[in-house]
Amino acid sequence: MANKQQNRRIVIEGELNIYTAMEMKDTLLAGLLTNEELELDLSAVDEFDAAGLQLLIMAKQGATALGRTLKITGHTPVVLDILNLSGLGDFFGDPLLIDESNVA
Amino acid sequence: MIPDEYLQTFVVECGELLEQMEEALLVIERDPKDPEIINAIFRAAHTIKGSAGLFGLDPIVAFTHVAESVLDRARGGEVIIDSTLAALFIEVHDHLARLVEHVIEGKHPADEIDRDSKRLIARLETYLGDTATHYLDESLIVHAIKAVEENSNGVETDYWHLSLRFGTDVFRNGMDPFSFVRCLNTLGSIVKLVTIIDTIPPADEMDPESCYLGFEISFQSDADKLAIENVFNFVRDDCVIHILPPRSKIEEYKRLIKALPEQEMRLGEILIQCGTLTPEELESILRIQSKHHANEVQRPLGEVLVEQHIVSPPVVNAALEKQQQVKENKKPETNLIRVDAEKLDELINLVGELIIAGAGTNLIARRANMADLMESTATLSRLVEEVRDSALALRMVQIGGTFNRFQRVVRDVSKELGKDIDLVISGAETELDKTVVEKIGDPLTHLVRNSMDHGIESAEIRLARGKPAKGKLKLNAYHDAGSIVIEVTDDGGGLNREKILGKAIERGLVTEGANLTDKEIYNLIFEAGFSTADAISNLSGRGVGMDVVRRNIEALRGTVDLDSIEGQGSTIRIRLPLTLAIIDGFMVAVGETTFVVPLDMVVECIELNAWAGDTSDGQYLNLRGEVLPYRRLSEYFDTKGDRVQRENVVVVRYGEHKAGLVVDKLMGEFQTVIKPLGKLFSGEKSIGGFTILGSGEVALIVDVPGLMNQIEHEREVGLSYAAVAA
Repeated sequence: MANKQQNRRIVIEGELNIYTAMEMKDTLLAGLLTNEELELDLSAVDEFDAAGLQLLIMAKQGATALGRTLKITGHTPVVLDILNLSGLGDFFGDPLLIDESNVA
Repeated sequence: MIPDEYLQTFVVECGELLEQMEEALLVIERDPKDPEIINAIFRAAHTIKGSAGLFGLDPIVAFTHVAESVLDRARGGEVIIDSTLAALFIEVHDHLARLVEHVIEGKHPADEIDRDSKRLIARLETYLGDTATHYLDESLIVHAIKAVEENSNGVETDYWHLSLRFGTDVFRNGMDPFSFVRCLNTLGSIVKLVTIIDTIPPADEMDPESCYLGFEISFQSDADKLAIENVFNFVRDDCVIHILPPRSKIEEYKRLIKALPEQEMRLGEILIQCGTLTPEELESILRIQSKHHANEVQRPLGEVLVEQHIVSPPVVNAALEKQQQVKENKKPETNLIRVDAEKLDELINLVGELIIAGAGTNLIARRANMADLMESTATLSRLVEEVRDSALALRMVQIGGTFNRFQRVVRDVSKELGKDIDLVISGAETELDKTVVEKIGDPLTHLVRNSMDHGIESAEIRLARGKPAKGKLKLNAYHDAGSIVIEVTDDGGGLNREKILGKAIERGLVTEGANLTDKEIYNLIFEAGFSTADAISNLSGRGVGMDVVRRNIEALRGTVDLDSIEGQGSTIRIRLPLTLAIIDGFMVAVGETTFVVPLDMVVECIELNAWAGDTSDGQYLNLRGEVLPYRRLSEYFDTKGDRVQRENVVVVRYGEHKAGLVVDKLMGEFQTVIKPLGKLFSGEKSIGGFTILGSGEVALIVDVPGLMNQIEHEREVGLSYAAVAA
């Protein structure tokens, strides 16, 4: 798993779940602190669970508290599945477009 | 196969729950509408069912389920727990206890028990408004639930409502909350799910490996509650799970809202969002709450919030009340620690050693005559005594638990006797040593039964005497001068002075014309083989009477006496030492050995030959005209040493027996810590324990009753030998 951190944009690859939660939290927080507007690209996430969801919620809430903007893009089916189950789509307020390339 | 240790935990837990259930059942007759009590019974049944399900103990689950359903209706106020239903539930309780017992034995319930189950279920079902079938099967249970559900005052929707709050360790235990959601989807369809994210802490405090999530789920399914509950089997322990069946009553939701950690208004909105409640229903729930708690508004915070139109007053009230509840709930949890009794014993044992070692140091200091050292040892021994007192206080338990068990005894016995008797308990918070508590139960039961049987008259006689038809039995406890006093009081007929005196004379316990006070006469009933009951009943009056009670209490180094006013009732007073670990002893020396005789058994000390002469063959003394059996301790224990010039006799009394122990030297009173003898000496009945003297020497504590029995036994054996020889 590698997370490419470009300006204003974090690309998360591979797992976003309980196994990576610890380090992912730091990555996300660092990204939030250094960027006014941050885009979280999930298009390469292939494992996602409630711990991952919880992290996204934390990031979203953190961004609101700091007065920053967080956008989540590139929802893969695994992410969408959980997002749909949890009914939190509205909470994030991101357009839920599936990138064609990710639909297997 | 279930590991034994888990099953053991289950059985212990069930035992505790059943006890709570019984306690609640016994008080509910007095206040059938108290929601706290009904809830306590319900919770007990519910938890037993839940744990039994975990172990797959289907007979218990099926049986408890029906009981739980009836209790659920009682919670909703549709069924009133009157004395008939309470009696039925006591049977249910006993039956459950039997079922659990079978689990211990690892057997499947016998046919007979199975029949009992069915019979009780059939009787319970009449309270469910369902009379259909008397056999137990799954469809029946579903049917029963439906019956409960189809009641008025339910909410409009047809969906189940599930409230889940996951424990923080769910992720670490390798579980994903969404897997349960997926699992639910196999049982029915989720109408709406709202994820509760309110408890996720701010980013810097959040532990990404802890779970902070919760779900409110509106769920459509034909499955029964058990099946839905089973989905959460793996997380039941560390999660808060509430499952409300379709068309639950508004009251149920009110309870749910109160039970959940989030703020009421927020929850209410979520429930509306889920489609579980309509806005009107929510409003009525909040209204109910405000009615209940209008008096508890805490002005400052409440006012500010309301002024700012942030929340409505009822919400503030309810929220504040809940905060209070949380605090109250926390208190006992954080202040109590469960400790293995053995560890406590070990501590007390060590403290005992400390006292002994301290006494030794004291002795040396005094011998060395060093003022500084003496002063410091004095401080030390004061501290050690304080440590001893607090260590002993650790073993103290409240007598309330023992008293409460008598609710059941009184209830059962009064049914058996056909008398209406109330039990009034006071001083339940009085504390005494755990070992004493354990041993006082039997004598106390005997006294209580005796008072109910012989003391309290039948209703007709009571009315004729101008007393209320309902008899009253009081149990009271209080501390008095280093001992605990337990009183059993009845408002019955009291004792008949003449009758007792007549009987005592007849039995030769007192001589005719002896001048006895009323109290002395009343206390004659504690003599062996004394019973004044006109009729022998099942309960008492069979000769195994008050003398046994007295002996049991005296074995605890306590005393018992009785006050009575004819026609108005009697009071039996038991006085017990606060602890068994320390004893006031009388120290005597035989040869080079030191013995300690419990002080309260010592009647007097006299000089042998000067005051009491051996009149026969070395077995009896003439004590002021009284025949007193005696033994030389030096002979009995076969100690070495020359016979001293002036021997002394310690006259000891135990129960109705008196005996003389001949010793070489009297050394005076002595408070000491009793230390038990090792297993090797368990056959030795005449020594009850030992203690270590300040000088480091060992002193043996004489077990007076044991010694007397031993002497008696030897005498009998001797006599039979003599008879054979002749």
